[in-house]
Amino acid sequence: MSKENVLKVCDLTMQFGGVVAVNNLSMEVNKGEIIGLIGPNGAGKTTVFNMVTGVYAPTNGAIYLNDKLVAENHPHGKMKDIYNGLNAGKYTGVLAPTPDKITKMGVARTFQNIRLFKELTVFENVLIAKHMNIKANIFSAALMINKKEEKLMREETMELLRILGLEKNKDDISSSLPYGKQRHLEIARALATKPQLLLLDEPAAGMNPQESDDLMHFVGRIRDDFDLSILMIEHHMQVVMGICERIYVLDYGTLIAEGNPQEVQSNPKVIEAYLGVD
Amino acid sequence: MTKKTKLICSVIAAAALIVLLICSYELTDSTSMLRSVLQLGAIYALAAVSMNLLNGVTGLFSLGQAGFMAVGAYTFAIFTIPVDKKAGVYYLYGVADGLADIALPSFVGLIIAGLMAAVLAAIIGAPVLRLKSDYFAIATLGFAEIVRILVASSPFNRITNGSLGLKAIPGFQDLFGFIPAYFVPFIVVALCIAFIVLLVRSSYGRAFKAIREDEIAAEAMGINLAKHKRMAFIISSFFAGISGALLAQFLGAVQSTTFPLAMTYNILLIVVIGGMGSTTGSIISAFLVTAAKEWWLRFLDVEHYIGDFKVPFMRTGFRMVVFSIILMVVVLFWRKGIMGNKEFSWDGLYNFFTGKKAKKAAKAAEGGSIVE
Repeated sequence: MSKENVLKVCDLTMQFGGVVAVNNLSMEVNKGEIIGLIGPNGAGKTTVFNMVTGVYAPTNGAIYLNDKLVAENHPHGKMKDIYNGLNAGKYTGVLAPTPDKITKMGVARTFQNIRLFKELTVFENVLIAKHMNIKANIFSAALMINKKEEKLMREETMELLRILGLEKNKDDISSSLPYGKQRHLEIARALATKPQLLLLDEPAAGMNPQESDDLMHFVGRIRDDFDLSILMIEHHMQVVMGICERIYVLDYGTLIAEGNPQEVQSNPKVIEAYLGVD
Repeated sequence: MTKKTKLICSVIAAAALIVLLICSYELTDSTSMLRSVLQLGAIYALAAVSMNLLNGVTGLFSLGQAGFMAVGAYTFAIFTIPVDKKAGVYYLYGVADGLADIALPSFVGLIIAGLMAAVLAAIIGAPVLRLKSDYFAIATLGFAEIVRILVASSPFNRITNGSLGLKAIPGFQDLFGFIPAYFVPFIVVALCIAFIVLLVRSSYGRAFKAIREDEIAAEAMGINLAKHKRMAFIISSFFAGISGALLAQFLGAVQSTTFPLAMTYNILLIVVIGGMGSTTGSIISAFLVTAAKEWWLRFLDVEHYIGDFKVPFMRTGFRMVVFSIILMVVVLFWRKGIMGNKEFSWDGLYNFFTGKKAKKAAKAAEGGSIVE
């Protein structure tokens, strides 16, 4: 199998004032892989997601999608007095696209605390994700000149709901769905943007063993069906060890281990970070 | 209900509304209260629906409505006052050179009024839309005040006629020779509201709703926040400008005091009573609030006697006290407004009368708590 990078981050650092949330992280996600990102609470996992999706501009480092530079930054302004940046010399440009642009480049995400459009129906939730590629302008859309496009959007949405088994709930208000279904819906909505890379932020949080087992198979299935690469943050070790091909372990913002599940499980540094040392 | 029955119902309802409107014209004379309340109600309905597009649908809490209406009203007045009356209107300061010979037809005036408000929205939108929630409200409120003060300020005396205001604004005129002037505001308002309704239903409308529900998630779904907020702001202002122009036509004269802060709150109140996010709610409550305020509660302003006993409190101004109390009661006990955030639908009406929805909800709650 050829190793094509979907995502590559180099020397990624995020500092909020004096707090180093992520420190000099380098990692890559290859095409078709399911990668786990784990670490104790406050290790900076979600911050990594936020940088990759453009919510934060990193303090230092670069992000590549499909070997194309999409975000780059180096310490400047006030930050320069606090932090020099490792390999900062390599990163001279400043490139910080907004999240919607990153989504258009093929990165979709879910959120740690579910962020659905609560008062809208399941169908509308997914349909909204189809809006980003709309060709009609606001006037032709309002005057219904783009009927064909609108119909196509609706058909694609329906198809997606069918594949993901949410068809029966299509007219339900999304906040009225049970918790597990809300998680599914959030993934469905992310898939509707037709991503290459899917970022899942604690998809199994709050699920019982049975549900997380289902989720595990679900994630594996969508990877194959939609030809995705997946990067997931997860605390359920059962899920992570069961499905991830490689795992990155963060602690206090620093990468302390990487490798396949067996390697990571037996790594003394990981055990120390999770359980402490006597 | 099938699609066909719904369509038939809609046609019948629309026909009934038109017949009622024609009755209100045929059965009353030109000084009737009903006529002016209906016209004013329609104008406020447009103002409320355009405010609802921003506050209710897109979730941007704007308080600049009166400002944009003032811009629309003044723009309309400046461009449409008949040439021969200009000398009389601008008797104190004289009229600006370029404007002396301009008197556009009112249809063109309406569009220019809307465009002027939209252009201003585009200009102030750039900095103001970066603000969130309360700060956005304060900034737009400030804008409305600035407009009100600027139109009355001396540098613009020869354009806006300073604090004297503009008079002799042409009223509504017969359309195509056979539609009486009385119907013109209804037609304009209906067209504008129809556009807004279609917009809310389109893909862009859904994107606006997504921004209201969750900005962060909307952005993660590829919706360009800045662009969509700007669009909502500009379109809302365009229609606010048109409603201001209609108001100028209705009143025949505008001053800076015609558009005080209280006007923004008045429209906000219509939106809230109708239900934030519901266009139908805004329309219904625009007529109800206007009628209650201007007409139904008028009797409270007059002194009444029962035999020799003088009814206490009944004097000029008491109407507004009662009106305020009614509002408080509505907001306390009917918190989501008349329509909540739902739109009118035949299914909704049908379920309301048959009580189907309540049963369904109860069933769902019952099943939900056990299974999930």
